[in-house]
Amino acid sequence: MTQFIQQMINGLHVGSIYALIALGYTMVYGIVKLINFAHGDILMVGAYVGFFALTAFNLPFGLALLAAMVLSALLGMAIDKVAYKPLRNAPRISALITALGVSMFLQNTFRLLFGANPRKMPAVFNVQPILLGDLRIPPLTIITILLSGACMVGLELIIRFTKTGKAMRGVSEDSKAAKLMGINVDRTISITFAIGSALGAVGGILYSISYYQVEPYMGMMPGLKAFVAAVLGGIGVIPGAMLGGFVIGGVESFTKGYLSTTWADAIVFSILILVLVFKPSGILGKNTKEKV
Amino acid sequence: MLKVEGLHVYYGAIHALKDISFEVREKEIVTLIGANGAGKTTTLHAVSGLLSPKAGSIRLDGHDLMKTPAEKIVGLGLAQVPEGRRVFARMSVHENLMMGAYLRKDKAAVEADLERMYGKFPRLRERSKQLAGTMSGGEQQMLAIARALMSKPKLLLMDEPSMGLAPILVDEIFKIIQEINEMGTTVLLVEQNAHKALAIAHRAYVLETGKVLMEGDAKTLLDDERVKHAYLG
Ligand SMILES: Nc1ncnc2c1ncn2[C@@H]1O[C@H](COP(=O)(O)OP(=O)(O)OP(=O)(O)O)[C@@H](O)[C@H]1O
Ligand SMILES: [Mg+2]
Repeated sequence: MTQFIQQMINGLHVGSIYALIALGYTMVYGIVKLINFAHGDILMVGAYVGFFALTAFNLPFGLALLAAMVLSALLGMAIDKVAYKPLRNAPRISALITALGVSMFLQNTFRLLFGANPRKMPAVFNVQPILLGDLRIPPLTIITILLSGACMVGLELIIRFTKTGKAMRGVSEDSKAAKLMGINVDRTISITFAIGSALGAVGGILYSISYYQVEPYMGMMPGLKAFVAAVLGGIGVIPGAMLGGFVIGGVESFTKGYLSTTWADAIVFSILILVLVFKPSGILGKNTKEKV
Repeated sequence: MLKVEGLHVYYGAIHALKDISFEVREKEIVTLIGANGAGKTTTLHAVSGLLSPKAGSIRLDGHDLMKTPAEKIVGLGLAQVPEGRRVFARMSVHENLMMGAYLRKDKAAVEADLERMYGKFPRLRERSKQLAGTMSGGEQQMLAIARALMSKPKLLLMDEPSMGLAPILVDEIFKIIQEINEMGTTVLLVEQNAHKALAIAHRAYVLETGKVLMEGDAKTLLDDERVKHAYLG
């Protein structure tokens, strides 16, 4: 039983990180129908910003987090403007290939700038784990879950109640109708990239703290798993990304705990295949036909 | 108030509008009629800025709409009820109406207009919390009209508002269009239901394969032999 709850807690920890990252995939997909494969690398950039802010500049965690969010948001907007916007009316495959190109560009630029060797991320919340009976709950886990939860609630509030959020929903449903309402579609897309990237940066920092390191290719694995989470929950559906993130985190953690670490990735990726075969619209996705 | 001259629109190699000119004057109902594919929707999209014409000019009260991005045009007092309604299916009725008022800053007046819409369309009030996508075609059409009116337009473009509706609802829609006009809103109405459109319009233009074939007083066109033959069955 203790083992079960312990794995559940671990699952919530990684799951909330995957959920944060999955939100970026799903928001961008919802609004421009693009799988932004560079999203994983944006979280890598966010992690590096956090790393330098904590080590070179000695900033407190909150400020490091803020710096990473702001710079990643700007990067996300810039990528959209330079790489994706010119392709808005091109066949989707063009934008997809461009996204892969942007991903490789970011990875290799960071390798060139900072080397391929992992750097050690400082243990920000290095205090004694909380002991509850036989359970060990590291403070980092609690902070990760709370911070992710706060980000998700914040996002939900933005989308539901602000003008920007309504514009995002309008554009993702029908960008022409949104234009007729007076909504600036390009600016709304840009803001979506910014928010998705900022959430990705939070995920990237939490991930790098959890695994104690940053390196240029660190975005790939969590990026792919978060992508699976987004597809599992229903790509384009925001609560789906959150749900998918927690499910993937749970599956990974239980596989590691009960089966073997080596199986975890294989099982997570076979979920992708199963979803694509049996329910491509995902758990919360609607089976409605796609509008053109 | 709206003056379109020498408009040419292409979809790739397809020349969809070939030198279209027409005019809508203050307080009028003007209708564009024509068969499928005549270019009616294309014309409205060009006016609303949803596509960029190759040549021509579109002016609204002295503003050059060809140089105005689509999202700025509604701010100049021009709203559109698009073909196929295009309500935001995953938003509630109330949210859809508020989307219509997206650019307005006069909160109190927006609330008053919302009340007016609910007064005019009681069905929308009953369903204000319902998702727009789950409403019937007629209800969605009412919503699309009310949403457009929430922007307080001086000129309202309507693209086949009677399409796909039961006859009794069609009559109701045409009555509503007349009421909207009587309240002071100018209307540019695109219709395939030429008979009904000509009956409420002041003036009309007949489009065929991207050209203006005939124009004139609506009552005159209603009696015209060629119009009768081609569009009134
Ligand atoms: N997106 C598009 N791509 C290519 N051709 C188009 C496109 N939209 C319209 N057309 C063509 O332009 C012409 C005019 O179309 P339009 O939709 O304006 O006609 P319409 O008068 O509104 O017809 P309907 O009564 O069927 O709505 C048609 O020949 C149509 O096939
Ligand atoms: Mg049409």
